[in-house]
Amino acid sequence: MPEGILCNKKPVDTVDQLQALLADKSGKQYYEEMKQLDVNGDALWATLQKTLKSRLRTWLEICAHCGMCADSCFFYLANGRDPEQVPSYKIQSTLGELVRRKGQVDNAFMHYVMDTAWSKCTCCNRCAMYCPFGIDMGVMFGYVRGLCFSQGFVPWELKIGSGMHRIYRAQMDVTTEDWVETCGWMCEEYEEDWPGLEFPVDKPNADIIYTVNAREVKHYPEDLAEAAILFHLAGENWTVPSEGWEETSLAMFAGDWEGCKKQVESVYAAMDRLKPKRMVVTECGHAYRATVIEGPFWAGLKSGRTPVESFHYVEWVAEALRTGKLKIDPSKRIKEPVTYQDSCNYIRNAGLRSCAREIMSYIAEDFREMAPCGEHNFCCGGGGGLNGIGRYREARNVGLKVKRDQILATGAKLVVSPCHNCWDAIRDMEEIYHIGIRWSFLKPLLLKMVVVPEHLRPEE
Amino acid sequence: MYEFVTGPLAIFAFVVFFVGVIWRAIWYIRGLNWQMDRVAYGQNVVYGLKGAIRSIVRWLIPFGTHGWRFYPGFTILVFTFHVCLLVTPVFLLGHNLLLEERWGFRLPSLPEAVADVMTLAVMVAAVFILLRRIALPEVRILTKTYDIVLILIAVAPFLTGFIAYHQLGDYKFWLIAHILCGEIMLVAIPLTKLSHFILFFLSRAQLGMDFGTKRGGMKSSGLPW
Repeated sequence: MPEGILCNKKPVDTVDQLQALLADKSGKQYYEEMKQLDVNGDALWATLQKTLKSRLRTWLEICAHCGMCADSCFFYLANGRDPEQVPSYKIQSTLGELVRRKGQVDNAFMHYVMDTAWSKCTCCNRCAMYCPFGIDMGVMFGYVRGLCFSQGFVPWELKIGSGMHRIYRAQMDVTTEDWVETCGWMCEEYEEDWPGLEFPVDKPNADIIYTVNAREVKHYPEDLAEAAILFHLAGENWTVPSEGWEETSLAMFAGDWEGCKKQVESVYAAMDRLKPKRMVVTECGHAYRATVIEGPFWAGLKSGRTPVESFHYVEWVAEALRTGKLKIDPSKRIKEPVTYQDSCNYIRNAGLRSCAREIMSYIAEDFREMAPCGEHNFCCGGGGGLNGIGRYREARNVGLKVKRDQILATGAKLVVSPCHNCWDAIRDMEEIYHIGIRWSFLKPLLLKMVVVPEHLRPEE
Repeated sequence: MYEFVTGPLAIFAFVVFFVGVIWRAIWYIRGLNWQMDRVAYGQNVVYGLKGAIRSIVRWLIPFGTHGWRFYPGFTILVFTFHVCLLVTPVFLLGHNLLLEERWGFRLPSLPEAVADVMTLAVMVAAVFILLRRIALPEVRILTKTYDIVLILIAVAPFLTGFIAYHQLGDYKFWLIAHILCGEIMLVAIPLTKLSHFILFFLSRAQLGMDFGTKRGGMKSSGLPW
């Protein structure tokens, strides 16, 4: 059977296709069909010839096979130094083979490529820092994911995720109405406690356009309320767009470049429409990476920059604390030992290490760095979409051990984790390994310790 | 034979080497694509250059990066091997005498004893690099015959030169073998993985620009390699 009903080379573009995939519990039929899926070797080779340019070719060719990338990879460390987990081996045995065989590979090989690209690499890019030739195997696996996606070899959850973006311009089936309604609901819910609280939708020329992760809308609406309250306390002139509010990109995790483009263009259109001074993104790592760091290139913006200057939430918090827009009650600072999970996507790959440290200097009395930390920190273990893929749950759980041991070594029981992916991974880590830790985004912590100006307090 | 290997063949080898290296550089730069690589090469040039230079220089300094510091033994081997391999032939007295005789100019020369030690250092480092390849599972799994052959190509001129210089065998034979091995290496540089002779700099510059502009360089003091 060349193409399956659920598992095929066509991206998901209609609600019917999406519903059919969702109805296939855990992707049982989907993965069965995948076993029969034909590989179009000619198409693969054509794509390779067109898109594998000098940077990637050089990386593949000059790799000295020195093994200096081995210890940089948390999967290698977590799997008892398994040589098959050496980044160079992983990329040479997948992309390297695809090139050597000129795309003429079979179904079993594509299964191996898919399993490697999603369950043995989270695209954290740490190996790039340890290769003397500057070979970034995270970037290469991102590319490999694109090849897999084009052939229909993509984990079930990510096929769905990419479809969600294509249909709803969000990683979940949240419509414009759902979103605007949730904003209104959160405002109503909290305005009694916070007099004057607003949740302005589509306000033109605001200082800040705030964009979020669809999970917040669907599962954690209080996160939206917390963001609104903190903007309110800081006296910001802010808004959210009714369309183009979703920053995340499961399409990026899936390697669906067309889906990526559609998604970020919706956000950039909101910027063009509402003309804010700048954008602030919620506490999500890959959302920032997708929309702010990589997005301009998908959208064909030669400047490599978003239409208006864009900031991660930690940048806004650091600035608000620095300028005194938000003031911390010294008696309410975190007294217990606390550590910080550096997200690969906005620390290593976006340079925001010092913002995180600045924030911790305001809110924590006993801040403890993980070792290594900052740009050299290890991935939480669930990045690159891995958290959400059932097929690789076991591999993910093994990978979590490196982060677990890093956290335990700090002696801290509280982990500040301003990234949805890291937050999830650390939550699951506690569920699996029972190490007695707690984890939190910044917003709830800040709300507990921020000084509320007299005029914004509710009347007794 | 001697006339041939030091005449037409030498010229051929040098032409392949120089043209090949230049071609590699042009091919690399022309193949960069801002949208596909997702790096805006023409933008924020100062940040880009700063990132590129940092990325190259830090990796040229022994123990200058986290990676080099993580593997101190291997780092010593790598730097010994590369520094001696590049410096010895260029500043060798014998080579410079030949250069003066043929083309009328010469470079400063190393004392012969120093050159001798450096030649030995290349060979000893190569032996340990090979042993490491076999001994460590994470390196063994990556090793191909091609990798071994390249080390042999790189070491052969030193071994044959050493034998010839010390007249450990038939001098004429080893001298010609030495010259041939040197020419094989020159030709191999642009045509094989030894192209890292030039591509190391270009690849490092590219990633340095990536991190220096797009991936954080404009919001931090630069990636701590």
